[in-house]
Amino acid sequence: MTTLSVTRTTLLKDLRMEWRSKDAINSMLFFALLVVVIFSFAFNPTAEESRRIAGGLIWVAFLFAAVVALNQTWARELRNQVLDAYRVSPAPANALFLAKAIGNFFFVVVLEALMAPLFVVFYDLRSVGPVWQLIVVALLGTWALVVNGTFFAALSIRTRSREIMLPLILFPISIPALLAMVDATTSILTGEASPDFWIKMLAVYDLVFTAVCLLLFESVLNAE
Amino acid sequence: MTGSSDLSSPPVIVLDNLVKFFGRFAAIRGISASFAPGRLYVVLGDNGAGKSTLLRMVAGLMEPSQGSFTLLGTKNHREVAHRVGYMGHAPLLYDELSGMENLRYFAGLYGLNDDDICRKAMQMVGLDPELSRRIGQYSQGMRQRLSLARAVLHDPELILLDEPFSNVDMHSAREMAAVLGRVRDKGKTIFVVTHQAALMEGVADEFVHMAAGQVVSREERFRKAAVSNAEWTPR
Repeated sequence: MTTLSVTRTTLLKDLRMEWRSKDAINSMLFFALLVVVIFSFAFNPTAEESRRIAGGLIWVAFLFAAVVALNQTWARELRNQVLDAYRVSPAPANALFLAKAIGNFFFVVVLEALMAPLFVVFYDLRSVGPVWQLIVVALLGTWALVVNGTFFAALSIRTRSREIMLPLILFPISIPALLAMVDATTSILTGEASPDFWIKMLAVYDLVFTAVCLLLFESVLNAE
Repeated sequence: MTGSSDLSSPPVIVLDNLVKFFGRFAAIRGISASFAPGRLYVVLGDNGAGKSTLLRMVAGLMEPSQGSFTLLGTKNHREVAHRVGYMGHAPLLYDELSGMENLRYFAGLYGLNDDDICRKAMQMVGLDPELSRRIGQYSQGMRQRLSLARAVLHDPELILLDEPFSNVDMHSAREMAAVLGRVRDKGKTIFVVTHQAALMEGVADEFVHMAAGQVVSREERFRKAAVSNAEWTPR
């Protein structure tokens, strides 16, 4: 039994459960769709304005939508106290964290793939910079959101008002990543500046926070 | 006495002045005791006596506030986690998965990837492995039995069971007690926390009475020569 095999087993179990219930993906989609439509009608931006504001709009929509999925992830483990079965097993704690983070990453990436065409249509978006850079920013930015989100969702599962606790802890700590995601996206969409600095910053943020979360997760899992 | 109960073997659990506080309330108040391997212990006591708290501490789900305990010869419970099985008050199962899917997942956590093990565990508790229904649609009794199957799936030496007969009808509870007797006869050590002492008469080796966070008495039982080998009819 290795971290990799337990991560794989747990990830497959989570994907199967989500495929059956569709709890996380449906609520994320509905939320993100509302944001796209409402902002589109509220601002009615031109193509030029869209390119300037889309970076912020897209990431704020994904951040809020991701929080919905993040809360669902651990709620499943609390029903019937299933988390206790994991805690008494010899399976490594980090395998559970990695499986949850990768699962959430997958769900948010699916959401982004589904929402991207809608953003293009509603905001008349055309990227001036290279599109492949947008994909790099999306992947790095999504990991930044889910790695911290998964960790802090685990931290708040034993609190009474965990739905409120998660954004309260997650949003402040995500500000550097959010800033990098928004500025990198805007730079690519407008083509006015190089996004390189922001992409590097996102990569460093991801590395640092992934390492910290992996180091601390066992304590969080076994906290009374 | 039948089975492999051996009082001369090193104890499977040694509790040394174990104390557990919840805030200012002491749930466990300085328990020192040792338990020999290959025996079936029934832990009895009123609500709030500290039975479940003691079991959760031994399972590694809670740290003692004071004192320490040795489990299967070590103070580091992570080292021996694969040799311990725990069945909690709640079923510890995923409602969205079927019985076999649940067992397959938990077997994976112990490095077991053999479907036969899961099938046998389900059959042992009288459940049909082909049952494709999700756990959410099981009756409470079926969930309890599947929960027992999950706890013994990896063939642990020490089995900790918290209220295994709650919500189980009398017939099934008797069959579960007989299964536990057979498992003990294979040399396993079993702790059963229950309010239904009568069910364990003839199967138990020792009744451990708890009150106000302490072990107040231990009562040796003389069980029947052999536990019934009757098969449990799968449902």
